[in-house]
Amino acid sequence: MEILMSIVVGILFTSAVYLILSKSLLRVIIGTALLSHGAHLLLLTMSGLKRGAAPVLMDDITSYADPLPQALVLTAIVISFGVTAFFLVLAYRAYQELGTDNMEEMKGNEPND
Amino acid sequence: MSLLHLAIVLPFIAAVFVPFLFKGFRSVHTGWFVLLVPLALFIYFIQYMPVTSSGQTVSQTFEWIPSLGINFTAYVDGLGLLFALLITGIGSLVVLYSIYYLAKEKEALHNFYVYLLMFMGAMLGVVLSDNLIVLYMFWEFTSISSFLLIGYWYDKERSRYGAQKSMLITVFGGLSMLGGIVLLYLMSGTFSIRELIGMSDQLMADPLFIMAMLLVLLGAFTKSAQFPFHVWLPDAMEAPTPVSAYLHSATMVKAGIYLVARMSPIFAESGVWLWLVAGFGIFTLFWGSFNAVKQTDLKGILAYSTVSQLGLIMSLLGLGAAALHFDTLDDNMYMTATIAAVFHLINHATFKGSLFMMAGIVDHETGTRDIRKLGGLVNLMPITFTIAIIGSFSMAGLPPFNGFLSKEMFLTGMISVFELDLFNLNTWGILFPVLAWIASVFTFIYSIKLVFKTFLGKPQFDKLPKKPHEAPIGMLISPLILVSLVILFGFFPNLLANSMIKPAVESILPSLTDAGQEVYVNIYFWHGFTPELFMTLGIILTGIIMYATLAKWQGIYNRIPERFTINGVYDNGLEKGESGSFRLNEFIMTGYMRSYLIYIFAFFVAILLSTLGVRDAFAIDTSNLAEIRIYEVVLALVLVAGAITILFAKSRLTSIVLLGVVGYSVALFFVFFRAPDLALTQLVIETVSVALFLLCFYHLPEISRKEERMKFKIGNAVISILVGITVTLIGIASYSNQSFESISQYHIDNVYDLAAGGNMVNVILVDFRGFDTLFEICVLGIAALGIYAMVNFRGVRRQKG
Repeated sequence: MEILMSIVVGILFTSAVYLILSKSLLRVIIGTALLSHGAHLLLLTMSGLKRGAAPVLMDDITSYADPLPQALVLTAIVISFGVTAFFLVLAYRAYQELGTDNMEEMKGNEPND
Repeated sequence: MSLLHLAIVLPFIAAVFVPFLFKGFRSVHTGWFVLLVPLALFIYFIQYMPVTSSGQTVSQTFEWIPSLGINFTAYVDGLGLLFALLITGIGSLVVLYSIYYLAKEKEALHNFYVYLLMFMGAMLGVVLSDNLIVLYMFWEFTSISSFLLIGYWYDKERSRYGAQKSMLITVFGGLSMLGGIVLLYLMSGTFSIRELIGMSDQLMADPLFIMAMLLVLLGAFTKSAQFPFHVWLPDAMEAPTPVSAYLHSATMVKAGIYLVARMSPIFAESGVWLWLVAGFGIFTLFWGSFNAVKQTDLKGILAYSTVSQLGLIMSLLGLGAAALHFDTLDDNMYMTATIAAVFHLINHATFKGSLFMMAGIVDHETGTRDIRKLGGLVNLMPITFTIAIIGSFSMAGLPPFNGFLSKEMFLTGMISVFELDLFNLNTWGILFPVLAWIASVFTFIYSIKLVFKTFLGKPQFDKLPKKPHEAPIGMLISPLILVSLVILFGFFPNLLANSMIKPAVESILPSLTDAGQEVYVNIYFWHGFTPELFMTLGIILTGIIMYATLAKWQGIYNRIPERFTINGVYDNGLEKGESGSFRLNEFIMTGYMRSYLIYIFAFFVAILLSTLGVRDAFAIDTSNLAEIRIYEVVLALVLVAGAITILFAKSRLTSIVLLGVVGYSVALFFVFFRAPDLALTQLVIETVSVALFLLCFYHLPEISRKEERMKFKIGNAVISILVGITVTLIGIASYSNQSFESISQYHIDNVYDLAAGGNMVNVILVDFRGFDTLFEICVLGIAALGIYAMVNFRGVRRQKG
């Protein structure tokens, strides 16, 4: 299962990187969202999958799933949501101010000679 | 801090007061106040003469950074004292001269004297420091103050060019020297020159020895304008003439000579040293004198002449190293070379200083330094003419001036290479006397040209910008003192022999004198019908003939195209370097996010994959895997299909919905993987995120609303596939290489007993690792405030509107 999940994560990363390299700002943000999904799944996978019950204390169960990576992923989900929300509003403001969502057109015109 | 230390830093302290004196006493030329400093120092250093001439040395230590072995150790021996006297003595004369040369109404004197004092202190520090790091510090101070002095008239383009050039070249050498110092420290564990000298045998065997020697020599050669680093010196002539006289003839350019002499006891046993120092020296001698003849500017001639004379001293120091290979001093001819080097060092400082001052007077009184416009000044400026003729004849090596004596000793030293069967000198050594002789002929020619073209010949006063007349007496005092020294040392060279030259030579060759032998310095005019005498006669004859026919062979100077000269190489190199880095920058820094991301991802892939390959780290371990069930495979397929279809989605709406599909599949995976809290959070957050995405989608600008599929780009595809493969490989490899158990058992065991909770994830979040949660809350708070600010504060647009 872990190998299968590694491959799934690899495919998520591939799509995410391809989207991040695209021109449209919205697609870039979709790419980062995909990338964080991949990272969260990878975190969970690397600690081993399905080693026991859900990590909620119950009588006569001795084997639980590892709770530590779950706590880490939970933190990561919230943070990536905060950042994504910020990015989205930033992109929305950029549309409003610049009138474009094309990254190639967002090149500052520096006065280099 | 002893009196000696105070003496070294006195110029720095005095420099602080110069601007106040300049502003406070506008009616008095600031130079008069400054003059007191070098005079006092000169008198102070004279007192050390009895000490050093009796073979004693003085050493005072002031602790600076003792934990690193960096202490300001002032050390006075024969060599250091000789230089200190040159620096303060000529410094006094130059300050006196500058008082008459620079007008107090027009010039920024407060700048000038601050720089000059800074330079003087730095130079004293260089020659009187025993610690190499302190020496290096003062060394760079000389570079900086020289830069400031060359660029004194900073509104002139040539001044700025010359200052920049000298800065680049000497700082390049200075940094190389620092590298050499560090290598010496690595080899020996000390920065003290005297301790290094004691360890020279041990250093010789070290593999870093040659490298250290080359780096130190690079520093010395750039500072002392040796070929091919001499190019900065002629351009440094844009400085005011007192500066040229002081820095670029008598003191700073001799810092490299000093360094070579000072480090001789450490390096000189090696044959590489002899060949490098003597070889570069003799070639510089030839090249400088050859090029001096074609110059038309008085200071240009003197600059190339300085280059050439520095080469002469350098080659003598190199040959003097051969003396170390003999046990006795009685029949040691190479001793002569070192004595000649020290003697010529003094002589050069006297006659070159006076010649520069002469050039300054001519410039000051006629308005030009171009010898094509000058001529026939002898009747108008008889005193200046006398100074010029004494200085030039001494430079050309004519009797009865001091230049003659040192030139004879130089030829003796050069001829003596024949008798040496070390380091192939008996075969290739023939180059030394031959080049020396040719160079002396050219020296004769330019010395004669310097005087005759300026003072004799047809007067052409109508071409001069000013009506020429004799200089004021104040301006003539300094050069007159210098030329009287030229004559004095010429007639009574033994005045210097025991007081100055002998202790200096003993410092350069300490191993010989330590063995209880004494250096006999005896300089005299007439030594019989020796080969040197005939060589001198040949020089004079050939020189006169070639000077007479100068017009016929002058054409050879134009044969070398500008590109192949060293100046051309320097200018081209600088220009190519600048335009090259500009183009490289333009090429890499495109301004598109996409390029930068490609660099980042490409390096990420390259580094990780190569590490996997080099370390042979990839492994698959299937023993510890969880089993796969069919609905998990189906879910994985849905997720993958969603992720890949986003790439081909034409409309943005589809992509957003597909992203939602991926997010909900992830939430389902969390359910399968026994993570209920995660699943809950993921569902909620995915919903909110999709809503936000739809908001953005709705507000897309009209113009670019026309939907289009992403264009396929092969580069992007390759990079992203490689990234995916890398992540997969790393994931599999790291899962297969688990080296220790998780620490989670502690959390599982203690979640109820210590934290009174049943939900382990929540207890970890708020109890075991509550700090993470605190700052995660901060992140959300900042994001919320940031979004609020972005939406509400639109200052710029409003002001514009």
